[in-house]
Amino acid sequence: MSRVGIIGAGHGVFGRRSDATVQELAFEAFRLAIKDAGISREELDATVVAAVPEYHKQRSVAGVVQEYLNLNPKPTWLTEVACASGSAAIRTAWMAIKSGLHQIVAVIGCQKMTELSTPEILALMGRVGEVQWESIFGSTFPGYYAMFATNHMHEFGTTHKQMMQVAVKNHFYGAKNPNALFRKEIELDKAMNSDPVASPFCVYDCCANADGAACVILAEESRAKALSKKVVWLDGVGCATASMSVLRRPNLVGLPSAVEAGKQAYSMAKVTPKDIKVAEVHDCFTIAEIMAYEDLGFCKKGHGGKFIEEKRSYIGGEVAVNVDGGLKAKGHPIGATGVSMTYEIVKQLRGESGERQVPNADVGLTHNVGGIGQYTFVHLFRRD
Amino acid sequence: MFSWFGKVSFVPYSKVSDFAVHLKDGRMMGSRCKDCGYTTFPPRADCPECLSGNFEFKEYNGKGKIYTHTTITAAPTGFEDIAPYTVAVVELEEGGRLMAWTGESIPANEIKIGMPVQVVPRIFEDSPEIKVYYTIEKPGATWKKAPPPHLG
Repeated sequence: MSRVGIIGAGHGVFGRRSDATVQELAFEAFRLAIKDAGISREELDATVVAAVPEYHKQRSVAGVVQEYLNLNPKPTWLTEVACASGSAAIRTAWMAIKSGLHQIVAVIGCQKMTELSTPEILALMGRVGEVQWESIFGSTFPGYYAMFATNHMHEFGTTHKQMMQVAVKNHFYGAKNPNALFRKEIELDKAMNSDPVASPFCVYDCCANADGAACVILAEESRAKALSKKVVWLDGVGCATASMSVLRRPNLVGLPSAVEAGKQAYSMAKVTPKDIKVAEVHDCFTIAEIMAYEDLGFCKKGHGGKFIEEKRSYIGGEVAVNVDGGLKAKGHPIGATGVSMTYEIVKQLRGESGERQVPNADVGLTHNVGGIGQYTFVHLFRRD
Repeated sequence: MFSWFGKVSFVPYSKVSDFAVHLKDGRMMGSRCKDCGYTTFPPRADCPECLSGNFEFKEYNGKGKIYTHTTITAAPTGFEDIAPYTVAVVELEEGGRLMAWTGESIPANEIKIGMPVQVVPRIFEDSPEIKVYYTIEKPGATWKKAPPPHLG
């Protein structure tokens, strides 16, 4: 069966974008991706839009994006699996191409979060936990991951300092990314003494709400080869779920959906964790990146704290992780995040990442988590 | 009457709505499938094992151990007035887990994974409407129970 490749990628500036609507943000990324692919808009067969609907006053965002990009009457549809919506859109574009229905599909992840206040966002996000038995106690999104952190520290001796070293790394690289929300390095001591959010987390353990968009263009193998000399192939797609309620999880030291999605993707792409040179993992909170190292097999369960402490996820280490700043420094415009991760891997595998370039990057991975691991998508990319 | 359950209710109706009535009476109920015997907390009306919708409530004693916890400072809408508050997950002796606030008997700095606790049904005293919940307390905590229920 023919492969699916990425022939174009575009990324807008993430931040508090009080200058733009969601469709205007989408347009920025789309324009760059079309230009990067060197194709005309007419060559697209369809678009898939990733955005979490609750943040926008505008209902059914795919429609307003499609009109603003001047793509009517081509087909579009919206994907939603919380923070993993972007990767779900890529998966459905991959499916549409594999099925033979479409040949070239644009995936647009976009989100305007800051129309809402922080407590409203905390309330919305907390409700990605189970609302019948959990949210009634004021559980929040940071609160959920904090409970994972509490257990990870208890079971494996992981320290808050190790967690914060993830933030230090991601801000170190984010400072070099012109699309990032925070373009400043941070100091470990200051970060550890920032305001409390949900113990053991303080402000610097948490990613920031942001507005932004990213776009990638996928194409069927023969079309991809005809149109582009720098195709990045999407050779492995994995997707798995876990219970909505954290009360019904087997443990709270990892994400079973990430382990399962990883296995599927590795097996489909015929690679092992050791082959991965560059990875984009879902660091919505510092502990999430540590659990991702373990769940994806970069290190053994429980060794994630040591993995960052020994700088093994920096460029020059075993696998460069989130060297675009991650959600942590780049910001996390929910629907855009999975597409933004994919953008970074495409640029890395093409060797276009400048001072953040990972040497010999030939195999890359994205790990995009929806909610508190209710959904995880793992994608594997290769260059020829 | 599921809207009775919780400081802020997101789910006004459920097939297990009587859970809230039992809680008001001082009883913490899980569910038992009448066809295959599957028992679970929190309760569910539809059996995930045999697909039966034939269930009955089963009283839980509320004894358990702390499974995990966090103290939330940055509170969502509807909870700002009580922040900071400690939310913990309790692993119940009789199976299943629940989430709840720790009560006055367990200060935030004394909570530890694995410590034995007692979950206690509560009513918000200062609320004009009926609002029920439960808190996590030290073992041996007592509370009032209404006479045996007439509900299913």
